[in-house]
Amino acid sequence: MRRLIAQTTKSLITNATTTSRLNLPHQPSSHYYNNNISRLARFLTSLPSNTSMASDKSTPPLTVDSINPKVLKCEYAVRGEIVSLAQNLQQDLQANPGSHPFEEILYCNIGNPQSLGQQPITFFREVLALCDHPSILDKSETQGLFSADSIERAWQILDQIPGSATGAYSHSQGVKGLRDTIAAGIEARDGFPADPNDIFLTDGASPGVHMMMQLLIRSENDGIFCPIPQYPLYSASIALHGGTLVPYYLDEATGWGLEISELKKQLETARQKGITVRALAVINPGNPTGQVLAEENQREIVEFCKKEGLVLLADEVYQENVYVPEKQFHSFKKVARSMGYGDKDIPLVSFQSVSKGYYGECGKRGGYMEVTGFSPEVREQIYKVASVNLCSNISGQILASLVMSPPKVGDESYESYFAEKDGILQSLARRAKILEDGLNKLEGVTCNKAEGAMYLFPRIRLPNKAIKEAESLKKAPDAYYAARLLNATGIVVVPGSGFGQVPGTWHFRCTILPQEEKIPAIVSRLTEFHQKFMDEFRD
Amino acid sequence: MSRKALDYDQLNENVKKAQYAVRGELYLRASELQKEGKKIIFTNVGNPHALGQKPLTFPRQVVALCQAPFLLDDPNVGLLFPADAIAKAKLYLSYTSGGLGAYSDSRGLPGIRKEVAEFIGRRDGYPSNPELIYLTDGASKGVMQILQTIIRGNGDGILVPVPQYPLYSAAISLFGGSLVPYYLEENANWGLDINNLRQSVAEARSKGITVRAMVIINPGNPTGQCLSVDNLKEILRFCYQENLVLLGDEVYQQNVYQDERPFISSRKVMLDMGPPISKELQLISFHTVSKGFLGECGQRGGYFEMTNIPPESVEEIYKVASISLSPNVPGMIFMGCMVSPPKPGDISYDQFIRESTGILESLRKRAHMMTDGFNSCKNVVCNFTEGAMYSFPQVKLPPKAIEAAKQAGKVPDVFYCLKLLEATGISTVPGSGFGQKEGVFHLRTTILPAEEDMPAIMESFKKFNDAFMNQYEGNSWYSRM
Repeated sequence: MRRLIAQTTKSLITNATTTSRLNLPHQPSSHYYNNNISRLARFLTSLPSNTSMASDKSTPPLTVDSINPKVLKCEYAVRGEIVSLAQNLQQDLQANPGSHPFEEILYCNIGNPQSLGQQPITFFREVLALCDHPSILDKSETQGLFSADSIERAWQILDQIPGSATGAYSHSQGVKGLRDTIAAGIEARDGFPADPNDIFLTDGASPGVHMMMQLLIRSENDGIFCPIPQYPLYSASIALHGGTLVPYYLDEATGWGLEISELKKQLETARQKGITVRALAVINPGNPTGQVLAEENQREIVEFCKKEGLVLLADEVYQENVYVPEKQFHSFKKVARSMGYGDKDIPLVSFQSVSKGYYGECGKRGGYMEVTGFSPEVREQIYKVASVNLCSNISGQILASLVMSPPKVGDESYESYFAEKDGILQSLARRAKILEDGLNKLEGVTCNKAEGAMYLFPRIRLPNKAIKEAESLKKAPDAYYAARLLNATGIVVVPGSGFGQVPGTWHFRCTILPQEEKIPAIVSRLTEFHQKFMDEFRD
Repeated sequence: MSRKALDYDQLNENVKKAQYAVRGELYLRASELQKEGKKIIFTNVGNPHALGQKPLTFPRQVVALCQAPFLLDDPNVGLLFPADAIAKAKLYLSYTSGGLGAYSDSRGLPGIRKEVAEFIGRRDGYPSNPELIYLTDGASKGVMQILQTIIRGNGDGILVPVPQYPLYSAAISLFGGSLVPYYLEENANWGLDINNLRQSVAEARSKGITVRAMVIINPGNPTGQCLSVDNLKEILRFCYQENLVLLGDEVYQQNVYQDERPFISSRKVMLDMGPPISKELQLISFHTVSKGFLGECGQRGGYFEMTNIPPESVEEIYKVASISLSPNVPGMIFMGCMVSPPKPGDISYDQFIRESTGILESLRKRAHMMTDGFNSCKNVVCNFTEGAMYSFPQVKLPPKAIEAAKQAGKVPDVFYCLKLLEATGISTVPGSGFGQKEGVFHLRTTILPAEEDMPAIMESFKKFNDAFMNQYEGNSWYSRM
């Protein structure tokens, strides 16, 4: 009887959470909802109920059962479980020094150079500081504290901002003058013109990727091609927007090569499943894989996209991180244009960021996407979505323009700028090599060269015993390895399963970012740990 | 064969449906006219610095020092920067691991979040937990994150005030949810009638919509009303009874221009009400550095504070935040300076007080000037701007004007606002961009133009309105001075 009353009242009150969870139809209460009913409801819902139509109060609206399932589905390993473990250990170390066989946690999980001691480019910071606080620009003391060309550049930039108001929302695509600078920088880099109206400045490159996913994905029948392994922003973003990730496997045996035959095969498979593949995401230089595409490869990719009607999403945030003389970065736009494909021929979105390169300004959230080959109606929609957030942070916009137009030969700051830049890039190249060599010496480990980007992605061949142990703990084998590594050495890496890999293979991603003087210790601790691990589990 | 992936008809429908009038048709037309050389007064968006409001000195000093830490090592730094700004910069840099250029914790720098919690504690008289405070790239990003977490599909409804700031309608559209409007009462100073709420919810449910959350904007945008404690209590009780998450957009909490209803946070009222509401009602509160007296829109600094959200849900919200790695760190510095401003005795205190009260007093004056100016027009009725940054006058349009609008293929208030723009350069946002009752027309303008420019702007409006009314209603019309 009580249950019947509860159910009847439920039908009048309508529990927002439970009915939706059970997919029950509402009973309309279109006539009224008055105090009597609410009092009755509160009385009755305090009754115990052993149906899953529990009382209102025990199922508040924002529970894991009732949140957007796409949120539940998405994953992002770079700041996932291993990092939580690391943070716990770090707290341990602070509370009880000596409680672990290492003195510090070494975060090699995330491409965050300045958190590991990399210094910002002085010229950029001078300009940013002056733009943040322009009232010191005409003080004589400022001349003594800042380089002359940084002062000049700050004036130039402030003139491009209406009212020199860096605290005002800008145009939703970003300050026009800054976009002009960026377009000129793109043109200088590629030898092909860039239109400032094609540029959308964003809070880092990531929001630009989200925007494109939102635009392209209509339902789970829409697929986006992603490299495997990939930077998990892509898989997470696709999941959040309700689409389907269509994988194309990079070939580890050939330095993470991208084969068109693989693309064709996967496209066919996806189409047979009824998936409409909308875009191809390429990360060049690669993350986590570090390969720099050969130009010929890039041409094949452009042709493929043109033929199959795919939007090419070119993640080029590591364009300044190339460590091998035999490879060079070529933007996909440059490649497409040099093939004779103009703005009308191929939809292409190119992403750049201030977080990587030699500037490593992750915390600034600066970046842009250059959107070419879209109809005006589509461009309007992109603009509209950008406008809902009004604009990206101005300081980040300024920094993006500086990155695309740094000091030139002859500028007062050029020498010191170049020394800083070169120092960082050379050091990154050295660290990449030392770590790569160190990893390749480990039993059962092979590691492709990091031609670019900021990561190494070694393959680890785990003994069956280790795999079984991992499975018994309900962990992916590489996650188990990474956790053991962390506990033994304090080194934080991200398990390969966070990026995707050929099933049955295991990897981890390690950054090349710890300071150079720490690298030998990292290699030796890693080596020692690996030896012990293999000893423990060797078949 | 070449197929086109990104033809207009192949775009996500939710994107196409979303609208955001604040930078829509009127703004685009205004930008065009500006390029042609016409002087435009942009009163379409709450963007104080764009209309001449100056940034506060202290936060700019602090952030400049944080941007260029080499300054801190220079013996001459004291010639340009006061000691308390230098100390604050050093403190904030110590909150970071690597300065402004490193990704912070995905929730924002713990040190800043602690300061935010302390600010909330001082403001409300109840402690706040820094672990449940997430810094975001502006409050808008936080709103979008939360709505994305709540909305599962078009069966999910979000209660939104009408008129509303169209971030809500746009975000709900983008995430494929349903907007459930509740009408504010223009005749009662844009007050919130609980019966309207109930009716809206009932109607939505009868259409099979599950109402999940309720948005309140307090002080209101575009309407400016400040909710009374009683109103807030009613709302809290309502959300509790109806099992809704309350989303409290409180970005204008420092912008209050009357003394009868000061700002009181939803959280304080909720906690004052005691259990069960205080312990069970799910509440998310939003704040920003863009408004108040800082007006630092371009920095994109904001936060949301979660109350009574279950840990598993918080984990999911954290996960989504982590995908974007971290909000921008300079914005966090501004947030710190906002919640922990100079104190009495600090070197910069007097200047801080002078600058901040100067701005707020002027805003109060301008709120009156604008309201009075609009009300002096016979066909315009304007509620007083109790708070926020906008004026939202109702413009009564004669039938001939409505007909002319129809002929021109425009909604009547868009028609009016375009004509206003072309005649005077004043760029407003038509009321249809915010929602309004059928057949009632408004426009939203900001109260942000400089005080000395206000009389001329209101004169200019009146002259246009006179001419418009003469044109469409004939010579029986006059403006009351």
